[in-house]
Amino acid sequence: MTNPNPKSLAIPPERYSLRERLPSISVLGPLMALVLAVIFFSVRADNFLSGQNFSLILQQVAVLGVLAIGQTLVILTAGIDLSNGMIMALGNVLVTKLAVTAGLPPVVAILLALAATTFIGFLNGTLITRVKLPPFIVTLGMLNIVFATTQIYSGAQTVTGLPNALTFLGNTFRIGGAAVTYGTVLMLLLYLVTALILSHTAPGRHLYAVGNNPEAARLTGIPTQRVILLVYTVAGLLYGIAALVLVARTGAGDPNAGGTENLDSITAVVLGGTSLFGGRGLLIGTLIGALIVGVFRNGLTLMGVPSVYQILITGILVILAVATDQFSRRRS
Amino acid sequence: MRATPKFVTATLSLTAAAVLGLSLAQGAQPVVGLITKTETNPFFVKMKEGAQKAATVNGVRLLTAAGKTDGDNAGQVTAIENMVAAGAKTILITPNDAKAIIPSIKKAQAQGVQVIALDSPTDPASAVDALYATNNYQAGVLIGQYARKAMGNKKAVVAMLDLFPGHPVGIQRHNGFLAGYGVAGINARTANLATAPIVACAQDTFGDQAKGQTAMENCLQRNPNINVVYTINEPAAAGAYQALKAAGREKDVLILSVDGGCAGVRNVQAGVIAATSQQYPLKMASMGVEAGVAYAKGGKKAKGYTDTGVTLIANKAVAGVKSQDAKFGLANCWGQ
Repeated sequence: MTNPNPKSLAIPPERYSLRERLPSISVLGPLMALVLAVIFFSVRADNFLSGQNFSLILQQVAVLGVLAIGQTLVILTAGIDLSNGMIMALGNVLVTKLAVTAGLPPVVAILLALAATTFIGFLNGTLITRVKLPPFIVTLGMLNIVFATTQIYSGAQTVTGLPNALTFLGNTFRIGGAAVTYGTVLMLLLYLVTALILSHTAPGRHLYAVGNNPEAARLTGIPTQRVILLVYTVAGLLYGIAALVLVARTGAGDPNAGGTENLDSITAVVLGGTSLFGGRGLLIGTLIGALIVGVFRNGLTLMGVPSVYQILITGILVILAVATDQFSRRRS
Repeated sequence: MRATPKFVTATLSLTAAAVLGLSLAQGAQPVVGLITKTETNPFFVKMKEGAQKAATVNGVRLLTAAGKTDGDNAGQVTAIENMVAAGAKTILITPNDAKAIIPSIKKAQAQGVQVIALDSPTDPASAVDALYATNNYQAGVLIGQYARKAMGNKKAVVAMLDLFPGHPVGIQRHNGFLAGYGVAGINARTANLATAPIVACAQDTFGDQAKGQTAMENCLQRNPNINVVYTINEPAAAGAYQALKAAGREKDVLILSVDGGCAGVRNVQAGVIAATSQQYPLKMASMGVEAGVAYAKGGKKAKGYTDTGVTLIANKAVAGVKSQDAKFGLANCWGQ
């Protein structure tokens, strides 16, 4: 079909501005919450306001942060991934057992572990797009399958005595007074790269279109099923990278890791203002969401508040985040 | 909270009963059930091994089941029902929820089943016929006394890396440690986590290495002068060590723990953990199975609390606190 009016290809101005503006509104709220929390703890908690402490918070959210990138991509397509923590645990045990027990070179162990987690992501995507099963069910099933596989493969034993190459991401370099881990840098880089892909490439824009309205996206010629398959596969790769960050952080391959990370990553995504219905949200919001959880955990510990209150506050924040998002949308 | 719907339980029970009916017809071996907290914790893996060994020696059919996660009561309720249906005359259980499991235990007992708690007590402890467990309070006291002696005249600044809210094992170890360190006004019956001026920071770790590391990092940030770290178990201790190492403090901080798993004892040997209180899951399990045999043969139920013992395993012995070295610990440890 030829198009006599090239303008009609562009999105009408009012719709354009709405689509472009909404995510940024939804990120402003979480950003304000984060800034307020930082100000509050800087005043109320000793030792909070320092480069070293901020670096610490970043280290503590690095694993969840990487996992949550994958979860964000999935949620943007209106899907959900409940298996990410368990896929990470498998990668965690695979890379350590291959390197320590099987004695493979660390690089080979890392590549094999990444291949395995990517393949599981691909399986998730295949079941969702080819067999047409709901993401919730597929990843719920996969959670159990991968958990059991991890336990059987590892004999429920933690792997220790890792070669230095596996813990490289846990090494630090100094910025001023703060010791920053390479794992933190990797997480921030992944956010930057993924955000750029989302905003500046065709597949990135396709992903939003698919999440917004899969039928409309299909009619405009976007290969929706392929986009969704790709998203779950890339998510699997990201969970493998999260496993590498975790191994470097803890210095061990723990088969019981990742038990709560599926819900924790959804928490970060929601706190960051991304809609669970798909198509709306920004990756940077997820990083802010993860940081909010990290800042509260760290700050409340510094204030001497028992752990259980940290969980209480996280719950309140999740509901507040979604409520303000809904409210702002109704207003607009 | 409702447990599984009745019909599901019934179906499961019938299936289990049918399967077992076949095997029971082959020989009237006594049936003993073992229900652990989880399938995956090495401590319970070892306990299961001990029970299996004792069962083979005594010609007992052993059934095993577990909760899904730490704290999962519903899964243990289902397991009790299935085992009663399968003809178990003795059930050994490590309760996930000390109070919530009691109605199910009462139901089983009403059908002539002997129920014995292993590893951790029910609340009240009298709800089961017998208890074979470590005295967790004593386990805490031993590492507390050790820490006190090892610190000498230095002023203690303590971080407590706990389990999760309300768990009796977590409370007893925590309180025992403080009492052993010399904090006044605490005893084995103190119901809540005690605190003291020497405690600079207390956080939950769920017994998990990564969460233990995060808790320790934040505690160090709260008070950089922390020099004694109590940990609920050895994975949490490993996490604490990672955090201390990153801060360059691993040499001058005393880490204490409880469990005596093989990985933990190796950490004592390496100087990562100063001392740990070793417990003996194999012994709990074999005693439980033997009680099951005695009940099946003579109809006599086991009674009361049997302390399966706890030994302090220390890297360096201190005067006035009895301990064993890592070699002894490795010879008697559980796990891999």
